[in-house]
Amino acid sequence: MSVSGLFLIVFLAVHLVANIFLLVSPDAFNISAHFMGTNPIIQIMQPLLGAGFLLHIIYSFIIQLQNWKSRPVKYNKVDQKESSTWASRNMIWLGLVVFGFLTIHVINFFWVVKFGHMEHVIIDGVKMEDSYTLVVSLFTDGVLGYVYSSIYIISFIALGLHLHHALWSAFQTIGFSNDAWRKRLTVVGDIYAIVIAAGFTIIPLYFLLF
Amino acid sequence: MASKTINIKVKVWRQKDSNTKGNFETYELSDISTDSSFLEMMDVMNENLVEEGKDPVAFDHDCREGICGMCSLFINGHAHGPDTLITTCQLHMRKFTDGQTITIEPWRVGSFPVIKDLMVDRTAYEQIMQSGGFVSINTGGVPDANAIPIPKEDSDEAMDAASCIGCGACVATCKNSSAMLFVAAKVSQLALLPQGKIEGAKRAKNMIAKMDELGFGNCSNTGACEMECPKGISLAHIARLNREFLVANVKG
Ligand code: HEM
Ligand code: SF4
Ligand code: FES
Repeated sequence: MSVSGLFLIVFLAVHLVANIFLLVSPDAFNISAHFMGTNPIIQIMQPLLGAGFLLHIIYSFIIQLQNWKSRPVKYNKVDQKESSTWASRNMIWLGLVVFGFLTIHVINFFWVVKFGHMEHVIIDGVKMEDSYTLVVSLFTDGVLGYVYSSIYIISFIALGLHLHHALWSAFQTIGFSNDAWRKRLTVVGDIYAIVIAAGFTIIPLYFLLF
Repeated sequence: MASKTINIKVKVWRQKDSNTKGNFETYELSDISTDSSFLEMMDVMNENLVEEGKDPVAFDHDCREGICGMCSLFINGHAHGPDTLITTCQLHMRKFTDGQTITIEPWRVGSFPVIKDLMVDRTAYEQIMQSGGFVSINTGGVPDANAIPIPKEDSDEAMDAASCIGCGACVATCKNSSAMLFVAAKVSQLALLPQGKIEGAKRAKNMIAKMDELGFGNCSNTGACEMECPKGISLAHIARLNREFLVANVKG
């Protein structure tokens, strides 16, 4: 859980850097997407990433089912508002929202880029897929664009909350924490969560508003 | 200070035995002194029940001074009620208001089956202890007090861990019914000291395996246990347990 989660955390950071080029210029994003699509290291990482997600999701289901089973009779009254964070108690639901998004996301981008039909552009004499147009058209395609952008933004807020608990939690699970490091790691986790949630959310907002 | 009295309603879980389905009963109590302890209020309730010819409510208690860990009770959504760093026997009625309904439930944990009413069977904790919560020492004469040097910080931290009274509030509170805080305290108090190093690697592995086998849930680090623990056992001990567990598995 922790190892796969930390791996996904690194992946998210790389993915955000690649996406931010959308705000720079069409060419910049196309070059970034082309790099991601052709770089050998990224190509090796791709199946690993798939495996990472699969591991994380399958393992989270197994653990969650065990945890539900361990309390056959529920409490009539439970009050945990002060003793734990909402996010930490709802990791599975936040994760499921992200999972739902992931499914749509893979169909819309990954599948199209890999196996679908793509327009091409030529930048500096190199022929590459016009990923920029694909992305921007999804966000701005009339009513559907609004629907897609909303799903996108809601999912990243859920992911932000998931990460709010996840980063420190993963270090705690591998034993790298104590009373001092817990405070530091929670701060790092919150900064990371905000950067990821805000960073990915800015992109559809930018295209919808400008 | 003149003592105040309050009238309350107590909604309490009644269950004949582990095989019978239980249900809530509500009892009204009047003129409860706010200076009395929560368990004294329970005693008054039981005396009323006996006078009415009814079966008194069974609940666990022993020392009534916060050291034995026997008293349990999930009160208004909190293990040991609405106060921090105390057991139920240390809870006072001044924490409640006139006219309030107080919900009292047993620890709801699959591995702690209800024996009767509010009493649960915590033998699972003993089974975890038997699987590794001990040190192998040579019998014989009492060793010299200073024969084994131990750094002050280590002995302090081991002492903090050793203050766990095995009450089960951590498991009762945990949304996953995980016993990690208890196991962590019991592993830490030995792992930090030279006397405990001998079985070090095996201990964490065996105790965690036992905990899983007994049907306790998995720790997802929500931290609720630490907040409800009457002894303030820190999550840092869980990190140490995870380290010990990892090292034990790497070493094989
Ligand atoms: C990019 C996406 C994701 C990242 C970066 C991520 C990261 C993490 C991390 C670091 C943890 C903490 C692990 C630990 O404490 O040991 C975690 C926990 C969790 N994740 Fe994710 N996750 C992602 C997506 C998902 C998805 C799609 C699901 C599934 C449906 C999911 C379900 C869970 C659950 C249930 C937990 C709590 C389990 C536990 O701590 O025992 N996550 N996640
Ligand atoms: S760790 Fe705290 S809550 Fe858990 S059994 Fe020990 S004293 Fe009770
Ligand atoms: S009765 Fe001993 S701790 Fe409460």
